[in-house]
Amino acid sequence: MQQTFTKAMARNIFLGGAAFFLIIYLVLTVDSWRQIPIRDHASQMSPAAERGKYLMDSNNCIGCHTINGEGAYYAPELGNVYTRRGPDFIKAWIKAQPIGGYRQMPHFNFSDKDLDDITAYLQWVSRINTNHWPPNIQG
Amino acid sequence: MNFASQRVAKPYFIGALALFAGQIIFGLIAGMQYLDGSFLFPAFPFSVIRTVHTNLLIVWLLMAFMGAAYYIVPEEAQTELHSPRLALLTFWVFLIAGVLTILGYLFVPYSQLAAMTGNAILPTMGRGYLEQPLPTKIGIVLVALSLLFNVTMTLAKGRKTSLNIVLVAGLWGLALLFLPAFYFPVDTVKASYSWWWVVHGWVEGDWELILSALLGFILVRMTGVDREIIEKWMYIIIAMTLISGIIGIGHHYYYTGAPEYWIWLGSIFSAMEPVPFLMLVVFAVRMLISRRHEYPNHAALLWAIGTPVMAFLGAGFWGFMITLAPVQYYTHGTNFTAAHGHLAFFGAYAMVSLSIISYAMPHLRGRMANSLRAQRWEMTGFWIMVISMFVIALALTGAGIVTVFLQRMGEHPISFMGVQYQERVFFWIREVAGFTFFSGLVAYLTSFFVGGDPVAAHGATVPRGR
Repeated sequence: MQQTFTKAMARNIFLGGAAFFLIIYLVLTVDSWRQIPIRDHASQMSPAAERGKYLMDSNNCIGCHTINGEGAYYAPELGNVYTRRGPDFIKAWIKAQPIGGYRQMPHFNFSDKDLDDITAYLQWVSRINTNHWPPNIQG
Repeated sequence: MNFASQRVAKPYFIGALALFAGQIIFGLIAGMQYLDGSFLFPAFPFSVIRTVHTNLLIVWLLMAFMGAAYYIVPEEAQTELHSPRLALLTFWVFLIAGVLTILGYLFVPYSQLAAMTGNAILPTMGRGYLEQPLPTKIGIVLVALSLLFNVTMTLAKGRKTSLNIVLVAGLWGLALLFLPAFYFPVDTVKASYSWWWVVHGWVEGDWELILSALLGFILVRMTGVDREIIEKWMYIIIAMTLISGIIGIGHHYYYTGAPEYWIWLGSIFSAMEPVPFLMLVVFAVRMLISRRHEYPNHAALLWAIGTPVMAFLGAGFWGFMITLAPVQYYTHGTNFTAAHGHLAFFGAYAMVSLSIISYAMPHLRGRMANSLRAQRWEMTGFWIMVISMFVIALALTGAGIVTVFLQRMGEHPISFMGVQYQERVFFWIREVAGFTFFSGLVAYLTSFFVGGDPVAAHGATVPRGR
């Protein structure tokens, strides 16, 4: 093996393999970048939804929750919470915290406008084409 | 240890271990909050504790990698480090910035932290692992630049071994792959897609290069096997890592809004991702079997064989279980993923860090190997931590399976919180295993303070690869 298969050959497989698949990945990413705005209806993301997204990021919501399965597994999925609960329930729920129970959610001092923005974002998220995930409404 | 400048690695290793202990304590708190949401609430909500837990992990691993680089690069290059003073200064900057950031998480509400640190100007906060405020992220880049300057200059003036080139290239990759942390598009799908450039790029790509180089280095030193053979293995392993792992990133794109073809591409390529980990096991076992001499640091040998085995289990096997798209359809976003995350991070990156520390610390303290008594403490710590982490992974897997059956499948799926409540036995097992893990960590740390006569090589010459 030592004679027929040298270190230089191993190195070249590494460099060639890495370069080859990196190029393929870049090409696929360019294509994905074209498709994603269609799949998530990017043009329908309102300024309110953008503000809602900022509020969710700057309060670290995914420190407990998941959005489309990504985040922490302490609290329910938010990608489809808009369809599961509806906007009025979401706003009332956030306002009422903390309400005790098995897990606890902090109280965030959101204004009514903040809550409108957050639900606008959650509505936009709920319409992303995620290849039929989650399997059911429970997320 | 052949060069005085390698000594700068020591504070890095000590700092890494201190932060590791902190990470475990916050893990225990988070595990407790899984069982009782009112624990330390509302002063320290789960999101804060989890952020501290994961950020301490990243900081201590980076610190251990840096210490490893400052130790290995001069020795491999056969020359002194370019600037030991810069390395030492960088350590303190990194440690202080890291501690300040952790204190910020703990004592300033996250939204206020964002407002104070200019997040509105360039939003980067609120993504998993990348929760750091903007100044900290910039600080990480500066620390990385300092490291890269130092090790690259050292490599440039010294001997250029394949091990060293891969290690330094891996560190460059680590720094470059952090840069997407500054790119946080409003489009949530694009944000998720590019978040994986950092996270997948690190743990399923670039860090495997660093892991292979670190393991290769200590195997060269401890076995005395011809470095040509070890470096050839290293190249084949990291070739397989990138051949499978680059397109394998697609296994994060199935259900987050990316195009459908990732379901096929991600499944096929990520299914091959365990291969380099399996090769790592074969490699380590074969090198140890064909060793040229007995190495007196048995604890380091144990870490060196334990790392690939646990990395294969956690990253390879557990990763494979949830990687195929039809399976992930049900397991995505459950504690199955957390099981894989815990066992993979610990088995691959925590353990390789502890391996290099186990190998290098005795040298940094002026001996070949610690006393047999100290080694027994260290190996006891090894077994307790490894077994505990395995139990943690099993418990979280149990919780994940219950979620799949009760919440994701069936005619009448139960709500998230209802299922979580039914799973609490698994969260109890996880928490108990967390405490035994902590006792293993205490045993491990105790080994540094156990005295006794250091073990010398068994009359043989000091082992040295060619």
